[in-house]
Amino acid sequence: MLDIRFPIGLMFSIFGLIITIYGLAAIGHDAMYVRLLGVNVNLISGICTLTFGLVMLFFSDPVRKLLKKKNV
Amino acid sequence: MDTKFALGGIDYLVMAVYFLFVLGIGWALKKYMKNASAFLEAGRSIPAWVAGLAFISTNLGALEVMGMTGSGLKYGMLTTHFYWIGAIPAMVFLALFMMRFYYGSKARSVPEYLKLRFNEKTRGLNAILFAVMTVLASGISMYALALLLENVLGWNFNISLFASAAIVLAYTYLGGLSSAIYNEVLQFFIIVIGLMPMAILVMSDVGGWNGLQTSLAPIVEGKGFAGDAWTSTWKYTASASGNPLGVAWYGIFAGLGFVLSFGYWCTNFLIVQRAMAAESMTAARKVPLIGAVPKMFIPFLIIVPGIAALVLMNDPLKGFALPLNNAGQPIYDYTIIMLLKQYLPAGVLGLGVTALLASFMSGMAGNVSAFNTVWTYDIYQSYIRPVTGNKDADDRHYLKVGKMATIFGVLVSIAAAYIASKFGNIMDFLQTIFSMINAPLFAVIFLGMFWKRSTGNAAFTGLLGGFLIALLHHGLSVPEGATTLVKGGWIAPLITYPVEMAQNFWTAIYAFSAATLLTVILSLLAKRTKSDDELNGLVYSMTPKLDDSAVLWYKRPWFLAVIVGIIMIVLSILFW
Repeated sequence: MLDIRFPIGLMFSIFGLIITIYGLAAIGHDAMYVRLLGVNVNLISGICTLTFGLVMLFFSDPVRKLLKKKNV
Repeated sequence: MDTKFALGGIDYLVMAVYFLFVLGIGWALKKYMKNASAFLEAGRSIPAWVAGLAFISTNLGALEVMGMTGSGLKYGMLTTHFYWIGAIPAMVFLALFMMRFYYGSKARSVPEYLKLRFNEKTRGLNAILFAVMTVLASGISMYALALLLENVLGWNFNISLFASAAIVLAYTYLGGLSSAIYNEVLQFFIIVIGLMPMAILVMSDVGGWNGLQTSLAPIVEGKGFAGDAWTSTWKYTASASGNPLGVAWYGIFAGLGFVLSFGYWCTNFLIVQRAMAAESMTAARKVPLIGAVPKMFIPFLIIVPGIAALVLMNDPLKGFALPLNNAGQPIYDYTIIMLLKQYLPAGVLGLGVTALLASFMSGMAGNVSAFNTVWTYDIYQSYIRPVTGNKDADDRHYLKVGKMATIFGVLVSIAAAYIASKFGNIMDFLQTIFSMINAPLFAVIFLGMFWKRSTGNAAFTGLLGGFLIALLHHGLSVPEGATTLVKGGWIAPLITYPVEMAQNFWTAIYAFSAATLLTVILSLLAKRTKSDDELNGLVYSMTPKLDDSAVLWYKRPWFLAVIVGIIMIVLSILFW
């Protein structure tokens, strides 16, 4: 059966990527963060989400099989 | 206070990606849906950790999340009793003592266990009540979702309702229970990742846990409670009046910790179905324990920010307020919405909103996937068209019926959603009524599993009698200040409770006691109807002990249960 880690990993990697890029684009526009305690929320959350997604992907069956094949 | 979110293109992009994945999972699972068992029971092939996350995710619907954050504001840390004492002991008991009978008896649903252990009519009563209850619940959550989308995102009510129903239908129709479970796991991670930035920002804004305690003291003292009443769990439960929940420790123990939680976690098929879909007996017994670990930490994500909202509300500099209803009262259920709105920028906000959407839809999908199983196996197969003996033809037929039941379930839910939009009180009332079956159901199943002497007729009478006692108590009691008959007292308001929670506790306690008494007395008066052999695999004393020696010690259910117990005790002491 389908390994759920694969779609989870893929989806959160995409989410993470989108939000990280958005966070990067906002660097230098400090005004919009005053309300948010001066933290670039998108950048930090984006990187965390991306990391989670990649870890899930790494441990998913399809990716592990692929890595095994390459090693053999 | 304006509740509308200013969503950017990026937030819609996040939402669109989520919908794509939800439907994609359904599509990817479609090829495995070859027979009724694959569709309705996920072919009993789900790994323990996946089923474990789905197990708590089912209970983490959006209404629950919104309600719990609001309760955090109203009752403070006492709300965590719903996640600790009110869930963990029941989940551990289910895992260690009950799962082996649900899973090992080869029953495909909780009503079917009743049929195997007792008799047909006990199953019938439970199946019909359960089917009605799930469709009602799914309709009410659909209505709430459409209303939320209208208020928060400005979407059209009808379009929201039909679009969300269509998506839920699509993925449950394609992938059945597996699809519902997979999407619940997806939902679990989105909730955690989508709400975490909000929780962290809110907490740092109030100065962490210590800052929260300091700022809360004057506000709470103004309400007539001790300064740390909102940040304690057990400290002020010596008397009901000392804490905001209005219930003393023995009420919390007996009402929430025993009757309500065991009735919910151990017998509600919606929940138990997730564990029954596990790939093996050991996996099935581990499912509730694996779910229990994240369960205990969810309060920090949804209840603690609610407590912080009380501080924010009382600090004019923070500019935080809740929307008001027609009577000028704050709408507590909107606490989490307003927190998301205030603290998250476009981008992460999309994740937060998607988390709420996801939990609404998976709640619906959960109800629909439990409904179609009970309908197909416990109603259709038992009363309308029994198995013919031709396995292939039967399999195809019941698969088709299961799929039709999925469509039917969604259609009835839509109808229920519209009834809820016109007669919200009636729907709330019906839902209260139907949920009263849980406490007597637990009494009956408990006696069935652990007392070989209990008989079918006694169980049926106990179930029905307990249910009627619950109804009677609800009809005779009211919570203080109730304005509608929906809250009780529709026969005569003879008993008054300080809060609705206390009324719920006592309704459940009476129902449970009545069901237990009836079942025990009638069983003792009658002859045993099932022989020891027939009870093998259904009753504790008649079933050989399970041998876990082949399983590594740290993977055994008992070991996991001890870990779960220790975490709960440590948390309770830390937040005493």
